[in-house]
Amino acid sequence: MQLSINGTTHDIDVEPETPLLWVIREELGMTGTKYGCGLAQCGACTVLVDGEAVRSCVTPVDSMAGADIVTIEAAAADPVGSKVIDAWIAHQVPQCGYCQSGQVMAAVALLKANPSPSEEDILGSMANLCRCATYNGIVAAVQQAAKA
Amino acid sequence: MIPAGTAAPAGFDPHVVDAELAADPPVNLSRRGVLGASLGALVLGFTLPGGSARSQALAPAIEAGTRVPAFLEIRPDGSVVLQSPFIEGGQGIYTAMAQIVGEELDADPARFTVVSAPPGPDYLVVNGRLRFTGGSTSVRSSYTRMRRLGALARRMLIEAAASRLGAPIAELTTEPGRVIHAASGRSLNYGDLAADALALPVPDQVTLKADAAFRWIGKGIARLDVPDKSTGRAVYAIDIQVEGMLLAAVRHAPRLGCEPGIIRNEAAVLAMRGVYSLHRLPGAIGVVADRWWRARRAAEALQVSWNEAEPGKARGFPAMPADFSTVALRQRLADGTGPVFEAATTGNSAAALAAAATRLEAVYDAPLIAHAQLEPPSATARFNADGTLDLWAPNQAPDAFLRAAAAVAQLDPAKIRLHSPLLGGFFGRHFLYEASNPFPQAILLAKAVGRPVKLIWSREEEFLRDTLRPMGVVRFRAGLDARGKPVALEAEVKGEGPRFRVNKMPLDKVDPTAVEGIAGKPYAIPNGRVTQVVLQYPALIGFWRSVGESMNGFLYETFFDEMADAGNQDPYALRMELLSGNARLTHLLRAVGEMSGGWKRGPYTAGDGSRRARGVAMVSPFGTEVATIAEVSITGGEIVVHDIWVAIDPGRVVNPAIVEAQVRSAVGNGLSTALYEEMVFEAGLPRARNYDGYPILPMHRMPRVHVRIIESGAPMGGVGEPGVPGVPPAVTNALSVLLGRRIRSLPLSKVSFTGAPS
Repeated sequence: MQLSINGTTHDIDVEPETPLLWVIREELGMTGTKYGCGLAQCGACTVLVDGEAVRSCVTPVDSMAGADIVTIEAAAADPVGSKVIDAWIAHQVPQCGYCQSGQVMAAVALLKANPSPSEEDILGSMANLCRCATYNGIVAAVQQAAKA
Repeated sequence: MIPAGTAAPAGFDPHVVDAELAADPPVNLSRRGVLGASLGALVLGFTLPGGSARSQALAPAIEAGTRVPAFLEIRPDGSVVLQSPFIEGGQGIYTAMAQIVGEELDADPARFTVVSAPPGPDYLVVNGRLRFTGGSTSVRSSYTRMRRLGALARRMLIEAAASRLGAPIAELTTEPGRVIHAASGRSLNYGDLAADALALPVPDQVTLKADAAFRWIGKGIARLDVPDKSTGRAVYAIDIQVEGMLLAAVRHAPRLGCEPGIIRNEAAVLAMRGVYSLHRLPGAIGVVADRWWRARRAAEALQVSWNEAEPGKARGFPAMPADFSTVALRQRLADGTGPVFEAATTGNSAAALAAAATRLEAVYDAPLIAHAQLEPPSATARFNADGTLDLWAPNQAPDAFLRAAAAVAQLDPAKIRLHSPLLGGFFGRHFLYEASNPFPQAILLAKAVGRPVKLIWSREEEFLRDTLRPMGVVRFRAGLDARGKPVALEAEVKGEGPRFRVNKMPLDKVDPTAVEGIAGKPYAIPNGRVTQVVLQYPALIGFWRSVGESMNGFLYETFFDEMADAGNQDPYALRMELLSGNARLTHLLRAVGEMSGGWKRGPYTAGDGSRRARGVAMVSPFGTEVATIAEVSITGGEIVVHDIWVAIDPGRVVNPAIVEAQVRSAVGNGLSTALYEEMVFEAGLPRARNYDGYPILPMHRMPRVHVRIIESGAPMGGVGEPGVPGVPPAVTNALSVLLGRRIRSLPLSKVSFTGAPS
């Protein structure tokens, strides 16, 4: 099948039920999107599908035909994504960093849908886990990105 | 899988480090012999130092932290590559190392690239003889040594400049990245001098800067790893890609000690797309495939009969019996007895208890918990045509891992290159544990298939084989005088500590990691006795962020409030009274009170109408002092922690921004354990195999965290862990006020609020 990721169309040959995460990581060799739980519990695998945050570890690749997929590797090229990344760096959000690709993509999706979210909106829509508990920093960075 | 006797991680013993730091601050290092010159070239090109594995046991011929070329590469553009003895896992150590070395080198830490050093004697910088990343030890155990390394390199650059400029050394100074000869108005960049400088003998004498002259130490400079971690470019063990590699997944025996028997559908699994081979491993079946997703699916599809653990078989870990349950374990630890060892005694607690006006006794407990770091463990092994092995493995102790890898691969350690990638969270997860590290399996699989293999444990296999925080069970007895003041306190700490278990030490004395946070509390209670009652159990136990303190802080500091309540004492005032004369701790306790707007216990009604209360706790982990206050309500039938105030005194700090970030993180970890975390075993099996059954703190439950760093000037303490242990007791103490009854068991998600006022 054909898959559009970060503006490039790829021909891939995998079982239709293969999770999008593993197509991105193993067929395309892009490792910024992370495996954390495989059950849509943690959000480390979050990517954008047609602008919305999707947990790629439980998304069968055959449901992605015709979809516009964006991964962390292309986030900086997106106007909202680049604001989010700048805010992440300004607030020194990451610690171990493993969940942060997913956090950044979830923030981008939130700000695309709601350019000026309240703190409640942020807490209500960003449900990615961070074991380092960088949550105070994430909220502050999303608020800064919204103002930028 | 790791042969007995070869795996003991001689490296990790924070208590030895603490004792050494107190007794012998490493200020006056001397270099043994002129070794720098023999390395010659500036660019590292540096392979494993000869005999690296054995040198830790023998008297080192190399003084750690002195051979400048083993640590530093200065590129022509003046940027610096630093080989870090410590592994970065989010605690900011790469940045701190750049700050410390850069300060004395006079090179901007922002121009550093920091990587994990290979194993070897040069990097045994923890008190000059060990190497591990843990115990909140890195900066405090290597601070002077790493500064001196930077100063030695600067001196070599000055000597090279003196030759080049024909100027006397005494007339040369530096500015960041340059040697200056003010008299002639000339200067040279470090990048131009590096090749000459690093070929010089390493000097014997060097003077360190006065603290007042610091340009970077003490400043909250930006972390070096943040840009890559904000853009998906950071590479973790799980991301390693090696040409020609195959991918592997494992299916572990459900209970440790069981071995694979018959595979009923071997042919069908081998016929699955992409599957290359199946392998019987100790306690597991390995599946090798062209993609990890396929290997994992095949591993899940396996129908395996597992044979019971052979009785009497020698193994480095206890076999998990089919009747093990954590409910029964808690009861056995509470009620059972075993060999008793004295940890601390003051006065005569038996007599004081007998004479006390009021006596109370209670058992407090905290469960087994998992590390649950977000990066599932993995390892990549590649045997090379020249007989060497490259191994990428998440680890907190490279030399110990190298020795263990050599035993598994049956290779001389000098033939193994161990790579230590960024850790996607660690919290104690990546020490050398008997059954919890994937690298031995990766080595065996790569050997078997003759190709490089990357093995990843699924989240489910990780929950099955993680090494857990021990169960904490303590029986407390206290006696109060007629005024309600404590006159006696006894604590029987039940079970095992992680240090003796992990290091396979005989259980013939107190394990300090079992009683830390209970023995040696600073409160002036005239009669006290702390004992460890040794009771063994089969769950895998090891180090978890803040080690014994992480549960003992809860156990002791919540019983303290129970004791205060029994004597009608305010718990904050009682702590202040019992710390009277201790300037450092009374200052700290006052500070956290001030930060929170003045101590008030509650319950009281907040501006939003919620009924709230506050709890306080004081802990002394890893040479650092911490006071914590939490504000809690019960809102919508759930515990809501609104604010947590932490005053932390680590003596002095290198990077206050990183310290504050570490405290916030530790608060989140501590709160997560207080509210949710518990590894439940039934019939020998963990009930949770993923985050759905083992919730950790989500974002919407994170409180506002307020941090004040107090630099008292006391000897430098740890930073990464000390924020953890005060949080569960502060929260539980507040909750107990709201409920009007004591909570003695974690996690708080078990507490029923039926009938609770809200």
